[in-house]
Parts: sequence; C-alpha cells; structure tokens
Amino acid sequence: MIELVSTDRCIGCNLCVKVCPTNVFDKTEAAPVIARQEDCQTCFICEAYCPVDALYVSPYSDEQVEVDEAALAEQGVLGSWRATLGWGPGRTKLAAIDQTPFINRILPARPVRAAGVSDVRSPATG
Amino acid sequence: MSGETALKLTADVLVIGGGPAGAWAAWSAASKGAKVVLVDKGYLGSSGATAPGGTNLLYLPPDKEMRDKAVRERMASGGYLSEAGWIHRVLDQVYINLERVEQWGYPFVRDENGVPQRNHLQGPEYMALMRKTVKKAGVKVLDHAPALELLVDEHGVGGARGALRQQGKDWEVRAGAVVIATGGCAFLSKGLGCNVLTGDGYLMGAEVGAELSGMEFSRRYAPAPAFSSNTRSRLLGWATYYDQDGKELKGSRNGDFLAERLLEGPVYAIMNKADTPEKRAILRSSHAIFFLPYDRAGIDVFTQPFPLTLRYEGTVRGTGGLRIVDDNCETTVPGLYAAGDAATRERITGAASGGGAFNASWAICSGTWSGEGAARYALSQRAGADSRQLRSAGRYGLAETTGGRALSSPRVETAELVRAIQDQVFPLQINYFRSEVGLKAALNKLHSYWPSVNEQAPGNVHERVHAREAAAMAATARWIYTAGLARKETRGAGLHLLAEYPDEDPNQHHRLLVSGLETIRTRPDRTFLGGASAASYPGTEQGA
Repeated sequence: MIELVSTDRCIGCNLCVKVCPTNVFDKTEAAPVIARQEDCQTCFICEAYCPVDALYVSPYSDEQVEVDEAALAEQGVLGSWRATLGWGPGRTKLAAIDQTPFINRILPARPVRAAGVSDVRSPATG
Repeated sequence: MSGETALKLTADVLVIGGGPAGAWAAWSAASKGAKVVLVDKGYLGSSGATAPGGTNLLYLPPDKEMRDKAVRERMASGGYLSEAGWIHRVLDQVYINLERVEQWGYPFVRDENGVPQRNHLQGPEYMALMRKTVKKAGVKVLDHAPALELLVDEHGVGGARGALRQQGKDWEVRAGAVVIATGGCAFLSKGLGCNVLTGDGYLMGAEVGAELSGMEFSRRYAPAPAFSSNTRSRLLGWATYYDQDGKELKGSRNGDFLAERLLEGPVYAIMNKADTPEKRAILRSSHAIFFLPYDRAGIDVFTQPFPLTLRYEGTVRGTGGLRIVDDNCETTVPGLYAAGDAATRERITGAASGGGAFNASWAICSGTWSGEGAARYALSQRAGADSRQLRSAGRYGLAETTGGRALSSPRVETAELVRAIQDQVFPLQINYFRSEVGLKAALNKLHSYWPSVNEQAPGNVHERVHAREAAAMAATARWIYTAGLARKETRGAGLHLLAEYPDEDPNQHHRLLVSGLETIRTRPDRTFLGGASAASYPGTEQGA
C-alpha cells in the first residue's frame, strides 16, 4: 500500500492524484494526502509517474507498515520503480530493452508451466 | 443518482472504460469520424489489469500453416466452444494493430536479425502511449468519472450517467451508441491492477436487458506473493516449490498443483532455476514488476524462499462477459457494444482461459471492432441523442448519499457486504474445487445478500461508487454460480468443473447464457455451431 508522500520532495504537481486508478489521494493546498489508503491496490503506478521520487508504495497489500523516509532514500528505494521503467530524463525505457521475447531461450532444462492452476493443457498432453 | 449534474455532454459514441479495450474502441470510433467521449473510473493510462505490469500478445506472422495450427489447438483447449473464424480474425487484426502501436512510438525490441518482437508490451509504456494516441484522435477523456448507469429509451441505449468523483458532482453523456469496456470482475482480490474491475459493465448491461455468456468459465486464480499484489506469474517457471519445512514439492505443476498444496499448508518458492547472473539479468529485464514486491520486502528471490498464495481472478482471466452477437461486438441491446473482458471471450477462447496473450489481443481487436460498429451505428441514426426521451436504467446499489443524515431504514455497510460476497467467491474449496453441493450453498447465501445491495447508505461520492461496485459484484457472483450449476459437466481446459460431473457431456456442447437480476434465467446457445466450428468438433470430422 502507499505509505509515503514526502512533503520535502513533493512539488505539488498532483500527478499522483490524477493517475491513481483507485483515487487514493486528495489534493490539498500543499502536498497531496493519502486520503483512502484502504482503496490502494498496490499497483505502483503513482510511483512511476512521480517526477521527484516523493512516493513510496510498500509491497504489503493488506497491512500498514511504518516507513522511514531517510532510510528509503539512502537505500535508493525512492524512485526505484520509475528508474526501472526507464522513465525520466536521460533514461532508457524498459520497453526498449524488454527481454521478454527472449526468455524462452533460457528456460530450465525441464520446462514447467508457471501458473500451477488449471490452464490450457496442450492437446498432446490432454 | 443524487449529485448535481455538473457536466452534460453529447457525443456520437460514449466509451465506458479506459483500459486497453476502451482505448482502442475510442481511437477506432474517432478514426471513423465519430465524436467520442471516453469515461474511466480511474485514469486512462493507468486503469485496469494491463497498465501496471505487462502483457503478451498473439503475434503470428501471416503464415497459413502456423496460424491454422494455432487455431486448431485453441479450438481443442476451449472444448470446441470457440469459432475458428473469430480466432483467425483476431490473429489478423492484432497483427495490423501492433504495427500501428510501433508507428505510434512504442519501442519494440528487435532480435539479432532485426526482426521487431511485437509479442509483449510493457504496461505503463503501452497505456501511456494509448492515452496520447486517443487524445490526439480528438477523443474527449473524463478521468475519475465512473459510470453508474445507462440511459435508455425504446430504441435502445443512448448514453450514461456517472460521478465526477474528485469533484463530488455528476456527469451525463448522451450518445448514439455506447461501448462497455469496463473489464471483468475480480472481486477486489488485489490482483495487480485488478481492483478497478468489479463487474460494473455487466450490471449496467444487465439492467437494460443484455445477456451474459460463459460466466461459468471463471475458475481461475493466479499465483502471487502471499503478502502482495503481483499476479504476474510466468517467471515462476524458473522456481522450485517447497513446503514450510523446506522440503521440495515435486510433481507436475500443471493443473491443481498449487491449489492442492495450499490447502495443505504454506507454499514457498525459490527462483533457483535461474542459475547464472546472465539468466537473472534477462528475467529482471523482462517482467520487472515481478521482482518489485520481493525486492522491497528484502527477499532475494534467486536464493531465498518467498511465500505464495492464489488470488481469485474471476472473469478477468476467466472467459465470461456480455454476450456479443455480431461482427462488431454488439450486444443484444441496440446501441450497446461490449469490448475486452467486459465481453464474453468465448468466441476465441471457448472454455479455456484467455489469460495473457488471448485476452490482451482480444482487447485490441474487440476494441477496434466495437468502436467501428458503434461509430457506424451512431452516425446512421437520424435523431441525435440529445433529442431522445432517455431515462436512467440503474436500479441497484444507487442509494442516495445521506451526507451524514440518519436513515430510517436498516443500513448495510458496504465493506461488510463486500466481505460477505468475497467469503463466497474467494475460497478454493468453493470456487476452485467446485461441486454442485458447494456452489448451491454459496449461491443461496449470495441470493440472500442481494436485497442488501439497495440497503447501503453511502455518505459521500467515494462510498457511492463503492456501493454500486458492491451491487455489481453481488450480481456477478450470482451469475457465475448460476451458470456453474447449469453446466453439469467438465469441459475443455477445466475453467469450470463440478466434482459430481467429471466428464465432458456431448449434449452440453453449447454456450450458456444468463440474464436477469431479481430472477436469473439460463438458456443454452448453439447459434455458433455452424460451418467451420461444427465441422471441427470431435465426433463429426476431426478428432481432438
């Protein structure tokens, strides 16, 4: 869930308010606030769009956790998803170096289906 | 509807939903010269199952042999409920449209021979590009504008009404045709990007008399971290599974493996089949979103165990949705079209999951076709939508906001209603390992909750939207189990089964239609059996 809007970093562009698909943030006079945290679906979209790396979405979908902004900044976590996507000036987009089309070249020796739930069985295996 | 209607617009085509299907529908209708409005509950560009992660696509070169083989395999895995002609149509259309995506600026990678690899899209990039393209085509986009009900008259659908949820006001759009592209229903199970998918379009359609098809094909869960949302699971192909004592769980990982193991106890995985730095680097640059929750939880997935769960995906990776009856994805209600996961995908997937490449390709194609069809229909109408005597069709979960005032009637808390519905659709024992006995008991409970959808008393615009979502989920759950009980067989790839009926029954070689809200009706549909589809059914000509 979203756990942090850094008031030090936030420039008040309100992009997060705009792009959050579940409308978690509210606009204020200053930095947006997390108004409906229970509606957060842990999709990390807000972080991707934040131009100043002011947001942190914790990986825990069902529980609130305490976060330490200074530690997250020091560990390079703030802004890390945006960097991985290659969004922001001077970066190479993930889409441009996407390795998905080639992952079948490194399949384990005895490939198994990942899903583990009923899915399309090939006609050969019934 | 209770808010002040702050915004009234008139258009040729109204598209409801801003995931891939809605985006393609809006672009397509606008390119045919229609004036288009697109409304989304969230934000065109981030809404839906595709945007946060990524998706595979069906991208087969126009090679007859290769395509015929793909179609044959799909027909078999879908229990011969799909149509060869429609699968071919999708293969043709998605090939064309992915070239367009590249022309619009998507940076597809190339292999060592310079061949563009158009079979995977990174979600954030793809949907940001679609937003740009849709706006450039002249579409008016309303974000955070959930549709709450359709507008109708004796000629059919003529628009919709909804809320501007960041302004606390209402919108109304009158349009000659409406495309429902609201996605499937995943019952707020917190699958990646899926919590906006609450069956809203199914309910809107059903309220104007549209039928649904294939709702029984919804027995689909996705592996995810036990603590997080990420339902992208392809990379688990490089994992070994363990129980809580660190003992390897062996056996075929097809079919019911993970579901059965999870009923016995916690399941952990380690990605130890990616055993070189090079392999790990390749995987990290493929499904990057897969690693994000683990990295943040301090787990090195290549060397440390991480706990898995299964999250229910409902009709998102299931197959069912609004029934479509012509080549342009028109529903049985004039002026109403359906695209993407809001529509049934049986025409291309039959009884098999469309999860991944099929559904993503279907979104692109059904979006394109419904947009074209809606534009043509709307532009052929003599009377403009603004001169029609339209009435609001919404009946469920649309209680007036109280603004904090006390109510005289009993009040049902939306969150409690949602939990009660989830308690009947999430458990593997009920919805994965389906039995007639289990589904009947769950359906009876769901029926008993149905009157509560109109006893919710939302206090503000956000709660109002959630109340309507709860009604849509209650209706969808009842359709799923009603259809599940009506299909007394196990067909195709196991996307529906009943323990009491483990075999395929040739007498049930039909689709199942459901309709209605107070009373749910079911009936078989055999209209698709003709020509190529019937000819390839085992027992007639070709064996499976």
